[in-house]
Amino acid sequence: MSEVFEFTGDFLKEAERNIAKYPADRKQSAVLALLFLAQEQNHEDGHYVTQAAMRTISEMLEMPYIRVMEVATFFTMVNLKPVGKFHVQLCGTTPCMLRGAEALMDAVKEKFGIGHGETTEDKLFTLTEVECLGACSNAPMVQINDDYFEDLTPETLISVMETLKGGGDPTIGSQMGRASSEPFGGPMTLTTGPGAQTADAPNAPKETPVYIGPGE
Amino acid sequence: MALLEDKDRIFTNLYGYHPWNLEAAKQRGDWDHTKAILDRGRDAIIDEMKASGLRGRGGAGFPTGVKWSFMPKENTGKPHYLVVNADESEPGTCKDREIMRNDPHKLVEGCLVASYAMGAEAAYIYIRGEYRHEYKVLEAAVAEAYEAGLIGKNACGSGFDFDIYVHHGAGAYICGEETALLESLEGKKGQPRLKPPFPAMAGLYGCPTTVNNVESIAVAPTILRRGAAWFSSFGRENNTGTKLFCISGHVEKPCNVEEALSIPMRELLEKHCGGVRGGWDNLLAVIPGGSSVPLLPKHICDDVLMDFDALREVQSGLGTAAVIVMDKSTDIIKAIARLSYFYKHESCGQCTPCREGTGWMWRVMERLVRGEAEVEEIDMLLDVSKQIEGRTICALGDAAAWPVQGLIRHFRDEIVDRIKNRTRVQVPAAAE
Repeated sequence: MSEVFEFTGDFLKEAERNIAKYPADRKQSAVLALLFLAQEQNHEDGHYVTQAAMRTISEMLEMPYIRVMEVATFFTMVNLKPVGKFHVQLCGTTPCMLRGAEALMDAVKEKFGIGHGETTEDKLFTLTEVECLGACSNAPMVQINDDYFEDLTPETLISVMETLKGGGDPTIGSQMGRASSEPFGGPMTLTTGPGAQTADAPNAPKETPVYIGPGE
Repeated sequence: MALLEDKDRIFTNLYGYHPWNLEAAKQRGDWDHTKAILDRGRDAIIDEMKASGLRGRGGAGFPTGVKWSFMPKENTGKPHYLVVNADESEPGTCKDREIMRNDPHKLVEGCLVASYAMGAEAAYIYIRGEYRHEYKVLEAAVAEAYEAGLIGKNACGSGFDFDIYVHHGAGAYICGEETALLESLEGKKGQPRLKPPFPAMAGLYGCPTTVNNVESIAVAPTILRRGAAWFSSFGRENNTGTKLFCISGHVEKPCNVEEALSIPMRELLEKHCGGVRGGWDNLLAVIPGGSSVPLLPKHICDDVLMDFDALREVQSGLGTAAVIVMDKSTDIIKAIARLSYFYKHESCGQCTPCREGTGWMWRVMERLVRGEAEVEEIDMLLDVSKQIEGRTICALGDAAAWPVQGLIRHFRDEIVDRIKNRTRVQVPAAAE
């Protein structure tokens, strides 16, 4: 890991765009945005924030290094040590637990040999049990890097991870064919009026979403 | 009670079957003569919002119009800000996400009318860090609104200059507390501030600020278009309007749905969610308003109404209207213990009762799950929860205490049975 960190290319542009969102004497407000960008720029090397990055951010935002570190250590989404190429953040909070999050944890352990906080030897996957990700009507779910995978069963989660391992692009969102959080079987409200949520609407699922239980 | 009709639903693209973009949003009625709304003037907008009876949709239920009226009317020489709380993190809650990814222009337009009414020159939308996709959609919607002259200099031709910025968090539940959110927005760790001063006097950067939930802001344009009388015709007195309900857990069809407040819980679950898995009689308990509110056992669920006052009367709350359903297969002690872990994990560490108490409660709860405790410890746990409640800067301490109190209130027998039935083969693990 180099001891010097500079934002480059699009990351630099994005950092500057974020700093400009705040009054000129309130640059510090951009600290979370810059921490995110720093770990994104560092994605190939483990998607984490190095001390060098924190020093650079402290200079750019004219704030003490210790204040940057304080923020970096406070927020769970700022990684302070390397994670795998795919960071699987599995929601374990009660709404997901009620619909089978523990079975998902077990399946990942069995298939890939990793538990909470662990990374596969090939550095491909890190598994973290996280707190509520706010997709509770589509439980259980995981976030992998930026994307949500919802309405999971152990089988579909493993399938998503296998696809990623093979270099493919798994379908993001519901794994049971929902467009978002409409009921299985299709919307029972908003079926009339402007923008009716009906099967002929432009973004409607191709097939009616149906609940598929684990093992089916 | 008649179900809400589609013509009275505000979030017409809730499920995203149509595009979120400006063109599609306009077809659904957004940004229709927004200037005419602004032309009514600040006082008229705030009066209409007060008359609608809208109570904040983020959990506390404070009347939105009244909150707006707290902002200084005169020029204080400082900028005024609207801050939108889009840090949706209360377990069970997933409604603001749908607004932001499927109907973002309702929020953008709401920011304009709310800010105009409060003399706020800018709005910051603080969205939780995990909502990467929603962040991108929201930024794109804001860019569209600038491009079309709806916000920015001379917004909608009103002569009012107004900016919107989207700011993301990074995975801390506590930043949903309004003053922690402001700290985080200022680039500090998200620890709540002592109040007073309240944000309306000294909020973001020490300037007058109002913090509102996404849903509260996003419904404002429709209320102002259709009138306070229309909005307040739904629900009961003091509990008016329509509301997004997030239903999760053991129902056949978990979903988000917009309904009138005061809908009976049973009707909500049976008409919109395919009912409780295995039928109504298979219901064990429901957490009616997000993880922070005490659970309700089936016999209360049988006829309770889903609104602020009805749920408070049964010692729970509407909260964010996140309904977590648990059928009889649920280990209710474990379900609540997992929430205790959540609060332990999310305590910001500032106040001792919460920092130490959440961990203490979680460790006892874990032993109760296994029955490795003495019956007397149930009352000790209850006592500790009361020592946390009301003794912290923010409400996270209360939020951690209430689920445990609800469990003991309604399922004490279950806890006792587990302790008594445990075969004492091994020496119980000592409390950590």
